[in-house]
Amino acid sequence: MKKIEAVIQPHKLEEVREALKNIGIDGMTITEVRGHGRQKGHKEIYRGMEYHVDLLPKIKIETVVADSRSEEVIQAIAGSARSGKIGDGKIFVFEVADAVRIRNEDRGEGAL
Amino acid sequence: METRLANVEAAAKAAQSAGDNAWMLTSAALVLMMTGPGLALFYGGLVRSKNVLSTMMHSFSLMAVVTVLWAVAGYSFAFAEGTPFLGDLRYLFLNGVGSAPNADYAATIPQQTYMIYQLMFAIITPALISGAFAERMKFSAMLLFTVLWMFVVYFPMAHMVWGKGGFLNAFLGGKIPCFDFAGGTVVHITSGVSALVCALYLGKRQGYPAESMKPHSLVLSLIGACLLWVGWFGFNAGSALAASSLATSAFVATHFGAAAAALGWMLAEWLHSGKPSMLGGISGAVAGLVAITPASGFVKPFPALLIGFAAGIVCFLMVTAVKRRFGYDDTLDAFGVHGAGGTLGAILTGVFATNAVNDGLKDANGKLLPLGWVDGNAMQVVNQLGGVAISWVLALVGTLVILKICSLVLGGVRATEDDERQGLDLSMHGEEGYNLDA
Repeated sequence: MKKIEAVIQPHKLEEVREALKNIGIDGMTITEVRGHGRQKGHKEIYRGMEYHVDLLPKIKIETVVADSRSEEVIQAIAGSARSGKIGDGKIFVFEVADAVRIRNEDRGEGAL
Repeated sequence: METRLANVEAAAKAAQSAGDNAWMLTSAALVLMMTGPGLALFYGGLVRSKNVLSTMMHSFSLMAVVTVLWAVAGYSFAFAEGTPFLGDLRYLFLNGVGSAPNADYAATIPQQTYMIYQLMFAIITPALISGAFAERMKFSAMLLFTVLWMFVVYFPMAHMVWGKGGFLNAFLGGKIPCFDFAGGTVVHITSGVSALVCALYLGKRQGYPAESMKPHSLVLSLIGACLLWVGWFGFNAGSALAASSLATSAFVATHFGAAAAALGWMLAEWLHSGKPSMLGGISGAVAGLVAITPASGFVKPFPALLIGFAAGIVCFLMVTAVKRRFGYDDTLDAFGVHGAGGTLGAILTGVFATNAVNDGLKDANGKLLPLGWVDGNAMQVVNQLGGVAISWVLALVGTLVILKICSLVLGGVRATEDDERQGLDLSMHGEEGYNLDA
């Protein structure tokens, strides 16, 4: 199993969900996060006090899929989250040792 | 015939009294609205979310505290005849303050109306100071400070400028005739200068200026500022103490001053940093309202625009360049807006005051006396400077002494480092403004 973790632009969330739904991926966890890679932040000024805001709002999507589906999911997320500009985000892929469905203790891919 | 004439006369008097009283009660309510929720929202939105309630408590609690002080002794100290510097005790516990007018101040409304109207000014003045020590003062210290400050600074200053026989009262026998229609010296200079002393005495907030201290909700601040703008019609136009054409004139000047100052601040900001901001717009409007306050019942509409525009630019420079240059942490710029705007307004009142607007000063033959420089009385600018100097000195010295006393009595006026880090909402009041998971 693979955990696919994607950090994307907040406004791309619906498109990404739609793309994942189209290939049959329904389960995921979403977190509102802040961060930045190469993207530069912006400047805010309040009565002359300047603040540089470079930790920008992002959405983190986490989903765990069978090894065989990993590439397909990566393509779906990358394709739908891409605008072509700096700040589109990143996708990280992790090995998952096991999965447990808490309701009935299904294990492994059967728990996904 | 005689009786009918007397009846008609009495009816006309009663009608005027009813009209004036209706406007003055409305004005009193408007001025209270400036403190709560106006100032509470304006200031509350500007602090971090962990301090929103404590900041609002500064304004709100003073609505209660100052009212009691006023009823017990404040009104008497401010408005009873006495020495040129303080009223005597004839109105202690509001003794004799009832439905009969006090002709020295307002001949057509009950003195009780006058008393409650003036109370609303006494409430907002110390609330304005709280902008300087927001986010770091102990609540107990804030209360003790305010109580002492009312007796040492506010009551004497109100008496000097507005009380009968007051040292600066231009209309009721003052030594230095200073024009202050609605409180440029009494309200804004005293509060603004005291705010500066507080900011310097307490020192900077933990982490200032390295950590982010962005306003947590400019939406709240916008609502508050607009309520202040509306309430200010009661503050200034109400200071005519009648539903008169002078009230209309003050209303117009007030509105014009606010509008021009909002533009002035935004323009300065646009040129200086590239973008006009919402916070700049509302700060400018308040600065303009402050500056036009002493002038509102003395100046024509176009000078009002000019005074407002000047205040927008000057106060912008105060809270940006001057504050940065000297490095004091006046949390919400009570000094930069009220101290600077009040001083500018008081001086410009001496320039633009005209008897075409205000016919309050006449010679023995009933001829109108020139008021400001535009009437040919350049000396008035000097008189205004006298009023400015006295209010500055009283606020500086009074506030410093009071803070020392508060420190001694309460073992310091500042919240502990941990309390400040946690936020005063939790550490002083045991509650939070936003329980989003509730």
